[in-house]
Amino acid sequence: MIYQPWPWYVAGPLIAIIMALLILMGKRFGMSSNLETFCSIGGAGKFTDYFKVDIKSKRWNLLVVLGSVIGGFIGAHWLSPNPAVDISDKTVVKLQELGFDSAGTSYLPTELFSLESLADPKVWVILLVAGFLVGFGTRYAGGCTSGHAISGLSNLQRPSLIAVIGFFIGGLVMVHLLFPLIFVV
Amino acid sequence: MKNVVYIILGSFLGIVLYKSEAASWFRIYEMFQFDSFHMYGIISSALAVGVVLVFWIKKSKIKSFFGEPLNIEDKERSFTRYIVGGTLFGMGWALAGSCPGPMYILAGAGYWPIFIVLFGAVLGAFVYGTVSKKLPH
Repeated sequence: MIYQPWPWYVAGPLIAIIMALLILMGKRFGMSSNLETFCSIGGAGKFTDYFKVDIKSKRWNLLVVLGSVIGGFIGAHWLSPNPAVDISDKTVVKLQELGFDSAGTSYLPTELFSLESLADPKVWVILLVAGFLVGFGTRYAGGCTSGHAISGLSNLQRPSLIAVIGFFIGGLVMVHLLFPLIFVV
Repeated sequence: MKNVVYIILGSFLGIVLYKSEAASWFRIYEMFQFDSFHMYGIISSALAVGVVLVFWIKKSKIKSFFGEPLNIEDKERSFTRYIVGGTLFGMGWALAGSCPGPMYILAGAGYWPIFIVLFGAVLGAFVYGTVSKKLPH
């Protein structure tokens, strides 16, 4: 059972419980603020006061990050004999049309996330730009999926609802309008 | 002791997101194509339980595990920063197929190109920090 993909009705409540446990420890569930902590550790405080923070007060969240890395290792190497993601047939067809032949056979598209794919400079640009948008966007919006979609909405925050609507506007534009331009076969 | 708890909670989160495939690029694409209920199921069931737990924590005025009072602050009121920042984030989420949590998880899983995404994300946060005073919030 545990080696099969976990169904949504198991994963969702477990995520909520992790959030609640962090609140009960006096902290918050939010992964993207760690990106700023990395900047502070790297000396970004020299450039702007924005990054002059007490790194010690952010240490707990870096430990959650460390845990996530360990969890990713355990999930991938010890709990998943078959890495293929069972996405819908309709999705597989759409992805094949975009040149993603690995759809339905792997955990991540090998066209973007294998070492061989890095021979193509275009893949570097795509991954770098994608990361940049995530990092810039999440700090501008003051949170990501964990901070807004899960924590903020659980606390019935209107700002989080606006942010999540933004997440979907951006995602839909990217997938429906820009993907056909980016992944020209 | 506390430190160990944070690492265990993070590991648990990593396993849950990896095993539920929420850390898979394919699931994010499928979600934005509305081809499956899977991701919507994860988010809505997390919210259903999350709303009840947060309500209970606020209502019961329970103290933290360490005896400190808990107050869950409201998010700062605004529109521009949430809609513009959110839209940029959403574009990156769809292209990278990963939000910040899963980036760390995929690094642990051994998908090395995710480090390029992670580098881009730290760079993006850095640029935001340097220009934030000039942006409309």
